[in-house]
Amino acid sequence: MKGNAIEVSKLFKRFGNVKAVDGISFNVKEGEIFGFLGPNGAGKTTTISMITTILTPTSGTIKVYGTDVTHEKDAARRLIGIVFQDPSLDDELTGWENLDFHARLYGVKENKREIIENVLKLVGLEDSAKRQVKTYSGGMKRRLEIARGFIHKPKILFLDEPTLGLDPQTRRKIWDYVTRLNKEEGLTIMLTTHYLDEADMLCDRIAIIDHGKIIKTGTSDELKRSLGGDVVRVGVEKKKELIRAVKGKPFIKKVKESDDGVEITASDGSKVIPIITKIADSKGITITYATIKRPSLEDVFIRLTGRNIREEGADSTTAWRRMGMRARR
Amino acid sequence: MTNTLEAAYAIWLREIKRFLKSKSRMVGSGGQPLIWLSIIGVGLGSAFALKVGTGIPFLTYMAPGVVGMTLLFSSIFAGVNVIWDRQFGFLKEILVAPVSRLSIVLGKVAGSSTISVLTALLILVVVIAIGVLPLSDLSVLGVLAALLFMVLISSTFVAMGLIIAALINNIESFQVLINFLVMPMFLLSGALFPISGALPVWLDALSHIDPLFYAIDGMRGSLIHFSTYPVLLDAGVALAFAAIFIGAAFVLFKRIQGTR
Repeated sequence: MKGNAIEVSKLFKRFGNVKAVDGISFNVKEGEIFGFLGPNGAGKTTTISMITTILTPTSGTIKVYGTDVTHEKDAARRLIGIVFQDPSLDDELTGWENLDFHARLYGVKENKREIIENVLKLVGLEDSAKRQVKTYSGGMKRRLEIARGFIHKPKILFLDEPTLGLDPQTRRKIWDYVTRLNKEEGLTIMLTTHYLDEADMLCDRIAIIDHGKIIKTGTSDELKRSLGGDVVRVGVEKKKELIRAVKGKPFIKKVKESDDGVEITASDGSKVIPIITKIADSKGITITYATIKRPSLEDVFIRLTGRNIREEGADSTTAWRRMGMRARR
Repeated sequence: MTNTLEAAYAIWLREIKRFLKSKSRMVGSGGQPLIWLSIIGVGLGSAFALKVGTGIPFLTYMAPGVVGMTLLFSSIFAGVNVIWDRQFGFLKEILVAPVSRLSIVLGKVAGSSTISVLTALLILVVVIAIGVLPLSDLSVLGVLAALLFMVLISSTFVAMGLIIAALINNIESFQVLINFLVMPMFLLSGALFPISGALPVWLDALSHIDPLFYAIDGMRGSLIHFSTYPVLLDAGVALAFAAIFIGAAFVLFKRIQGTR
């Protein structure tokens, strides 16, 4: 059985009166991709900053592979690689020089050349390595940072909004590199995002965070199932008869009339459709169509927080929180 | 320990690489003091036909001061430049690395000092070449002592720049800083005119807490054998200042956190 890569317990961070992180606890398992999903200002970056030793928690404990992050900073730092939300490269230096600097800081000496060449190849930047970083595009910079985060062979890689501000093609590439690092190199990955598709696509498990609190944790499927399951719509004339016939059958949770048929909530829609058609056939009810709508993470988010993830500044506490952060800069 | 030195070396190397890539900085850091020397030095010198002490020509008096000025400006700005690293996020890359905060401070001080001292040496060569500093005054020991003072000046002020960068984190405060800290330190250091006897008591007192004052006095003593205090005393005080500022920078960098 695999252990925990990260153990966070009762973590708080206050900036003045603002609770940026409000007593969260969670574990990240070894080898998984764990996602922190939440709107801007929810406390994602603050949490990552504390785990990666950039910020000191107000209270609570963080362990990375058993190492206490607040007390054994350097030991913890050796275990982690980070790709920050904002670029953190030296624009004046070349891509290679940036990686070389990192290797020196982390004491990587053996096979330094090969390691740098390998990580460059991994993100497809081997041909641009000798150019100054200021000539790079946003996507190239992000790829270089991912490569850099991996040079010292960390056990866990943190990605803070890895695809923020990137075009769809580049986003797909980044997802590809992240998946490869996870699958081929066995790297544990924790990422934050406010893109639902990103969390859905990449993460083995997701924690939904809002107002500094974790609202729910689970796999994407678990989260979606928590809404009650798939919605199956069946086109039918004899609505009442069908409802009477299917009520109480396996998998079926809820049945109600809709405009042109019946709407059935079921834990697994694809299994329910054959059952319904069979019942309908036996009762001589004609079904004109059947569709399945799976709930999206978006639906989960709306249900849990009462608002859309992209409604930035929709409520005043979020806006205040962000102002509080800015004032500290 | 080896790791501390290696990390410091990495930071030193980055400073040097950045400097070599920036041609405008190379021209600027050498050009400014020469402009001061030619305009202020020649201008003031001829206006007042000033002779200092035992008949030292004004330009000769001023030459070590201009070397000191070069060091003061380039060093303190190099230190404060950490603010840009912070602004552009690069500081975070350094701060999350498993290296002692001392190596960050030492690497930064060493890198920026290397550049400042090399520039200052260039100025020294120029003032010797144009005859402002008579070759007959110079001794090998004197030049080596001057070099030591140069290292001390730049270390002190790179560290001071780091302290400022750790305390203030917006670039807008920068102009205030130059007006209220750097210029007074420069003017009260005796780089341009002799301090003793020339100033009212309160200004004289201020110049005696100016870290640059002793180092320039010592450098002048080493180069043209004219100084207010014995060169060894100057060296002791300058060394103490350097140690205090580097220590303070280390303490502040231990507490420094990321951007938010």
